[in-house]
Amino acid sequence: MFRIKAIALNTFKEAVRDRVLYGLLIFGLLLIVGSKILTPLTLGEQSKIIRDIGLAGISIFGFLVIVVVGTTLVYKELDKRTIYTIISKPIHRWEFIAGKYLGLLLTLLVIVLIMTLFFYGVVFWVDRAPELTLLEAILLIYFELMVMTAVALLFSAMSSPALSAILTFVIYFVGHLSADLKVFAEKIPSELIKILCYLFYYILPNLENFNIKSKIVHQIPVSFEYILSAIAYGIIYAVAVLLLTSIIFQKKSFK
Amino acid sequence: MNVIKTEALSKEYKTHFWSKRATVLNNLNLEVEEGEIFGFLGPNGAGKTTTIKILLNIIYPTSGKAWLFEKDVKEAEIKKEVGFMPENPYFYEYLTAEEFLDFYGRLFGFSKKERQKKIEELLELVELKDVRDLPLRKFSRGMLQRIGIAQALMNNPKLVILDEPLSGLDPLGRKDIKDLILKLKKEGKTIFFSSHILPDAEMLCDRVGIIVKGKLLSVGRLDELLSAKVKSIELTVAGLKEEEIEKISPFASLLVKSGEKTLFNFDNEEKLQNAIQVVKSTEAQIISLAQQKESLEDYFSRRIKEEENVQN
Repeated sequence: MFRIKAIALNTFKEAVRDRVLYGLLIFGLLLIVGSKILTPLTLGEQSKIIRDIGLAGISIFGFLVIVVVGTTLVYKELDKRTIYTIISKPIHRWEFIAGKYLGLLLTLLVIVLIMTLFFYGVVFWVDRAPELTLLEAILLIYFELMVMTAVALLFSAMSSPALSAILTFVIYFVGHLSADLKVFAEKIPSELIKILCYLFYYILPNLENFNIKSKIVHQIPVSFEYILSAIAYGIIYAVAVLLLTSIIFQKKSFK
Repeated sequence: MNVIKTEALSKEYKTHFWSKRATVLNNLNLEVEEGEIFGFLGPNGAGKTTTIKILLNIIYPTSGKAWLFEKDVKEAEIKKEVGFMPENPYFYEYLTAEEFLDFYGRLFGFSKKERQKKIEELLELVELKDVRDLPLRKFSRGMLQRIGIAQALMNNPKLVILDEPLSGLDPLGRKDIKDLILKLKKEGKTIFFSSHILPDAEMLCDRVGIIVKGKLLSVGRLDELLSAKVKSIELTVAGLKEEEIEKISPFASLLVKSGEKTLFNFDNEEKLQNAIQVVKSTEAQIISLAQQKESLEDYFSRRIKEEENVQN
């Protein structure tokens, strides 16, 4: 456990000393705060607009951190050959993967917390009535990021940062359309495409499971069971992807 | 006990899946004893780093087996006794020297107190105490090499593996590293290092293994490997007159004048004796007389040539 912790803390240190991260964070905060400027245009809908933009901002900038920082994490260690000194210590390779993953999750936690604070600040500024249910939406955003972090790490262990970033983007988009894939599969006559669509539907993460943003903004209650099952889904999916990453990493010969 | 042992170790690479397999390591059998400094020597691309990576389980061999402390290299636990510094170390440049060592201390599960003590000792040993708060990106090549060694010694290992520890350093930096290696030997550690800088290796090693194109050409103690045959004899004389030098020069294979002194080189004993006869008849003084034996570098080129002849 201490080895995973050591790797995680080092990963966190690396991420927070990267200037790119601050650039992203500042943009995210600007978006959240800037949503206030748009409100005069929205004729009475302003409290919904700032909530919409704020939650979307947290989700998108969290994801961008994964793309920018997450996809280079393992690759950098391979490229700069820092991995050699780590592997030459009494450590299992899966511990390295677990450490990298938890380090990035910790980074995301801090980023999401900072953005949440600003978000609540803006909501309070606009209508003095920030509701706690917003936190439910943010909690599920975090679990969505958790799944995407595992996906980015998998690609980072297999390919270059550019390719990893593209693949992570693709999974993110298709993951949000995954329900449509199923509908499409049911309607398409071609057997081959049907099978492929079902395959993708079951393999790719169903990221819409984590999207309760519009319900929360429109104050439609979301059941506790739903939130719990989404969290369970997120954890199971992330662990499965991490296992796969560890197996690939175990077989890898570092050049 | 064999600290390092390999048996018929081979490694083949495919650079692309359509290209032919290249053999980087060919049937390597190696044994390194406890407490010795073993120099693993060969030109660039001979397979030195590949061997080291297999020993550390960084890459896997195509065939053959390797052991450290008589245990399979696949067991992560044996690395508690091993320290390793890679070639051209690029470390976490965003960390300071102290944080860097602290990270490796954590990997071994040392407590905060233990880590602090270790870091103090190691920074002292590699003389980097003054720059402990400097990020590694500001380190010079020699400093990186030294912090790399410090990192390798974090766990007070019984076996220290250094990949090209002497390359890319100025003479002073090389001397520092050489002194450090000898110090580690005195502490009873086994040191296995790779190098293509032969004169340095010659000074340091108890035994050497010479590897060329993935094949081990020879292993042994330096005095066994290097031919005991005297290659030439060097004579330095002071105060010779011009005509006296001319009398000696027919015997000498080399002649260098520098001020008062003249240096001669003779191919064999007979020619030397003739020259000494001449010197005795003058008022000049013999300053030094030295036998030149085969150096590791001579041996190296001789062996490589022999190998090429066999192949042709």
